[in-house]
Amino acid sequence: MTDTAISTSTTESVDEFAARARAWLAENMPRVDPDNPPFSVRAEQESWDRAKQLQKRLHEGGFAGICFPREYGGLGLDYAYQKAFDAECRTYEMPLILNVPTFTICAATLLDMGSEEQKRERISAAIRGDEILVQLLSEPSGGSDLAGVITRADHKDGKWIVNGAKTWSTSAFAGDYGLLLARTDWTVPKHEGLTMFLVPLDAPGITMRRIKEVNGNEEFCEEFFDGLELADDAVVGEVNKGWEVASRQLFHERRAVGGGSEFASGTGAENAQEMPPDHVGLAEATGQADDPRIQDLAGRALVRRLVKEQLIEHVARSIPNGSLPPNAGTLIRLFHAETTELEVDTALAIAGTAGVVDEGGDLSGLMEIGVRYLSRQTGSLGGGTSEMARNVISERMMGFPREPAADRGVPFNQVKRGRQ
Amino acid sequence: MTEVANPEQMLFASTTQAFLDKEASLSHVRGLHDSDVAFHRDWWQRAAELGWASLLVPEELGGGSVSGDGVADLALVAEQIGHSVAPGPLHPVSTVLAGLVEAPDGHEAFIEALVSGESVASWAVYEPTRPFEPAQAGTTATPTASGYRIDGVKDRVEAGADSDAVLVVADCEGQLRQFLVPTDTPGVAVTPQKSVDMVKRYARVQFDGAEVEGTAAVGTAEQTPAIVERQRQIALVLQCAEIVGILDAVLSLTNQWLFDRHSFGRPLASYQALKHRAADMKMWFEASRATTAGAVAAVAKRSPDAEKLVSVAKAYVAERAPVMIQDCVQLHGGIGVTWEHDLHLYLRRVALYRAMFGSPEDHHRAVYALSGKTQPQEPKP
Repeated sequence: MTDTAISTSTTESVDEFAARARAWLAENMPRVDPDNPPFSVRAEQESWDRAKQLQKRLHEGGFAGICFPREYGGLGLDYAYQKAFDAECRTYEMPLILNVPTFTICAATLLDMGSEEQKRERISAAIRGDEILVQLLSEPSGGSDLAGVITRADHKDGKWIVNGAKTWSTSAFAGDYGLLLARTDWTVPKHEGLTMFLVPLDAPGITMRRIKEVNGNEEFCEEFFDGLELADDAVVGEVNKGWEVASRQLFHERRAVGGGSEFASGTGAENAQEMPPDHVGLAEATGQADDPRIQDLAGRALVRRLVKEQLIEHVARSIPNGSLPPNAGTLIRLFHAETTELEVDTALAIAGTAGVVDEGGDLSGLMEIGVRYLSRQTGSLGGGTSEMARNVISERMMGFPREPAADRGVPFNQVKRGRQ
Repeated sequence: MTEVANPEQMLFASTTQAFLDKEASLSHVRGLHDSDVAFHRDWWQRAAELGWASLLVPEELGGGSVSGDGVADLALVAEQIGHSVAPGPLHPVSTVLAGLVEAPDGHEAFIEALVSGESVASWAVYEPTRPFEPAQAGTTATPTASGYRIDGVKDRVEAGADSDAVLVVADCEGQLRQFLVPTDTPGVAVTPQKSVDMVKRYARVQFDGAEVEGTAAVGTAEQTPAIVERQRQIALVLQCAEIVGILDAVLSLTNQWLFDRHSFGRPLASYQALKHRAADMKMWFEASRATTAGAVAAVAKRSPDAEKLVSVAKAYVAERAPVMIQDCVQLHGGIGVTWEHDLHLYLRRVALYRAMFGSPEDHHRAVYALSGKTQPQEPKP
């Protein structure tokens, strides 16, 4: 193997590209069963080491960053090539955990808003499999009101000094750089005094802690900034224009969640925990396969899962032809949350006592369903709550009046805030 | 639901819409109800002249569709009908034609009469007190010297009292068969059955030694299960498409109401509790469109998935739609439960379709039973 990407000619057709990818994948990437994906839990450092290793291999083979521009380490090809590659790589182990947020959100936003140097350095390092990018957005003082952040960055003696705290940062423990939203002007309304920074996560002044979730997972982190120093070149976009950058992140996040980002490479579940519960298998395992009531419950969950896929296709078809607006991806986000709740609730109902007591024998292992139930709301909370999604659908898709906001147009230092 | 694809289809859609606006509005539906009429035969003939009954019929049998995809065109008509819960025998005639065109030998003249709107027919599949089990029949067909003798009772036959013939599902010496039986055949007695709908009427059809020619059979014993399944699929796709049209109309008028109606000095649309319900309903509506489009495409292509996808669509759409329309009643307040307001016209049709041809619960079990047969569809990138 060489350490430089194979030069790809844009005269290569999608079919030729796919054929070359097929041959290369068979030679270079580990095969997997897509219905039973390998262990790759985001909370484990080894998953990230493995992902970087796989990404390096893709890069060496000339199949990394397919839709990123060539000058930033990508192949500069259009979405059709990425889709063809996705079809070919379904049965191979892929570094899927790098898609969100590294490629689809952070690198995509840097591409839109970053400086030339940030694009050259960070995007290419991510494509090479050397670096992982994360987001530092939510704060302990508030989740949905993202523009209300109170982490501060003060410009002193030619440097930015950052103080504050962030939370719910996905996989930040594994990250090399983070996009951090901070307040740089308190005398203007909330959206106008924000700046986005690109922060090296090993810098002095950052303390990171894992958040332990109810199911025992420790994927998310919180970070404390105590006099963190940043140079001017850490600013992404312009000073006090950080909301524009954050908006691009949210835009890219919605596309990624809907499965519509050209910057994602590979599709499918990241690990078995992400797979929907097997309601038919569960009914059989608990000896209830012939019970019409259980068949109704399980069939209902199966129906919802298929309708979700149909809705994703429908939205993907309707946005380009104009029959749905671009933010219709929020419909998918909300439907996904609703479906997840139904799927998990149904699994728990079918499992009965075996979902909450380890009954042993053939039923051992079913208690995982009960544990999964404990954190079923994560789908309705992460990436903006379902309530925020309903606001987006009603206000921005349907034109309903916006919620009154007591902080609209008010200098941020005069906005009423809760207890810190 | 059906994305109108080409100029011919657009013209067809606009002609259909103009006809419905002029001759099948909500006030027409109320008028028919007041005079206790399901539909006028000459009205149906004019609808058939627009091509409504020709869509599933190949050109060599006198039919044809504007886009070349008759199932999609038919779904488009059904969706438009939903906007004003229009009357007429589109469902029974289409379901019978779906069967006849699979085995047209000897039935060419009747197919032509159905296509022209001159005749009306219906599928006699339900039996008293039994659920929807199209592949089972207690009604029997006994071979005679010249044909068959039919004995038994069918009910919930849509437009049965207005039909010239019924397509009867019967057991013939242990095999499932279908027979086209004129309703004026000696031994056939038709008794009307009311429904919760304003204009849809059903009937009980009793066969007491009704003698038919051998040519009354539709398809061979080998063909029949697949023909019956095709009819089931067409019947379900029509229901789903019409419900999508109903939801489109009801949500439009409800959202407009939320903008127009003011309480405590502000429009209802500004209350977050109500906005969130409108957002949920928008999501469920788009999901209903999506799953109906999936079923229409699968039935049109005769995909192996079609059997499952029609049940998926019916289960979803018929579970959501009544709940959504009742919520629209709630959002309207007291006016929503008056005879004067149009909401109940839509609610009636949706309540009817929820139950007919299998409830959501029945279709959940059908999907469960089929879930091993075909792989779930892969999410498209």
